[in-house]
Amino acid sequence: MNSDKPATGSPVPGSGESAGVESTTVGIVSLIGCIVRREWLVALRNPGQWVNPLLFFIVVVSLFPLGVGPSPSTLASIAPGVLWVSALLAVLLSLGALFDADYADGTLEQLVLSGQSLPLIVLAKVLVHWLLSGLPLLFVSPLLALLLNLPVHAIPVLMVSLFLGTLTLSFVGAIGAALTVGLNQAGVLLSLLVLPLSVPVLIFGSSAVVAAASGLGVAGQLLVLAALLLLALALAPLTAALALRIGVSGSS
Amino acid sequence: MFKWIHRFGSAPFVYRLAGWLSPWIGGACLLVLIAGLYLGLIVAPADYEQGESYRIIYVHVPAAILSMFVYLVMAIASAIFLIWRLKLADVIAQASAPIGASFTFLALVTGSLWGKPMWGTWWIWDGRLTSELLLLFLYFGYMALRGAIEHPQSAARAAAVLAVVGVINIPIIHYSVEWWSTLHQPSTITKSGGPSIHKSMAVPLFLMIFGFQLLYAYVLLIRIRIGILQREARTSWVAKLPEVNRV
Repeated sequence: MNSDKPATGSPVPGSGESAGVESTTVGIVSLIGCIVRREWLVALRNPGQWVNPLLFFIVVVSLFPLGVGPSPSTLASIAPGVLWVSALLAVLLSLGALFDADYADGTLEQLVLSGQSLPLIVLAKVLVHWLLSGLPLLFVSPLLALLLNLPVHAIPVLMVSLFLGTLTLSFVGAIGAALTVGLNQAGVLLSLLVLPLSVPVLIFGSSAVVAAASGLGVAGQLLVLAALLLLALALAPLTAALALRIGVSGSS
Repeated sequence: MFKWIHRFGSAPFVYRLAGWLSPWIGGACLLVLIAGLYLGLIVAPADYEQGESYRIIYVHVPAAILSMFVYLVMAIASAIFLIWRLKLADVIAQASAPIGASFTFLALVTGSLWGKPMWGTWWIWDGRLTSELLLLFLYFGYMALRGAIEHPQSAARAAAVLAVVGVINIPIIHYSVEWWSTLHQPSTITKSGGPSIHKSMAVPLFLMIFGFQLLYAYVLLIRIRIGILQREARTSWVAKLPEVNRV
């Protein structure tokens, strides 16, 4: 994999912006292709990265009936909130490690110094991370919805809202992961930073499911979720890239 | 312009200016707060519906306004620090965070105390109260991130990024929470008064808001001096200060 970026082995780390590095800038598509392929391989060889969030989601949701009692009507009324909060936590907890491995072995520093567009690299990394740890949540959510006695006709809306929402959360969480890169208790700190920012997604996501369960229209909530996703897609990679530069420069 | 900023942004100058200004602002703050409290608690009439308990408004509303105002100051200072690397802007942002968190906490406590006689319960998931709670979490996140990063320069820049991200999100959070609370409890709370508040109540309220702003400025100046001393502890001008040598 290292053969993808031969110019990054610059002998003088401080001269990252010299002309020699500029001339090796690759096209956007091949850059994203490289990152996606690399992340995909790393994740496949380390199954915990995508299995653990999924298991976490399933286990947390199954704890709620034990906590509040098995009455079907109670469960149905709390199901949208429980599913949404659990999915939110699963996404955020998995994001804590988004940059950690790359930071520990120095890959991140090389990516920052490579002269390639760092926001694009972040974008590619977040997308792969979401494909591996966010998308599986979508596929088990119908099963968990049935466990919680959510009406069946609300399940498509649940999946669409989770699709839009977990992707947004991945981008917002990437900012937090970039800000806390290389810190000791990054996981708890990340949640503290990102959870207040994730409130709009939670509100519109779960209210879409509530509305669908009681047979109301959901277009408004889903459109707001889509708008939030577009906003995060536009701004979060830039912000996370800036935060990564700060994190990497502070450690050396 | 930039020369001007650098001259007046220099640490010894700001340190002396803040030391000279703070007693004046502190004194003005004391006068305005005493006048506001006297007019609000003693002169102003009791409310037609809420009786005497409405008087907590003279603490609650200024604290709530300042809690958002301070975050705005913090975010603007952070943006200035990120763009122009002005150290003084970072001092202001860092000094503001605990003050803003205190105002937010005060707004929450007084809101809760006010809720008991009005709504019959200490806490209601009212849109404004919930927004304040989330604002408090944002302040906590800012301070926690600052404390977690050891390298002071990158702690300052990372926290500045977070403050700017937070200020972009605050309107989104605020309006989604407002929407959420109207969805769940339609029109249980209609704030009495509003713009049609009587003059005898409005004057002390504006005095209190002004007094709280002076209080913020006063505490900020003190904390700016502390921040400068911490950052410049090893420089020669700090070593020559009489108040440092006295200890």
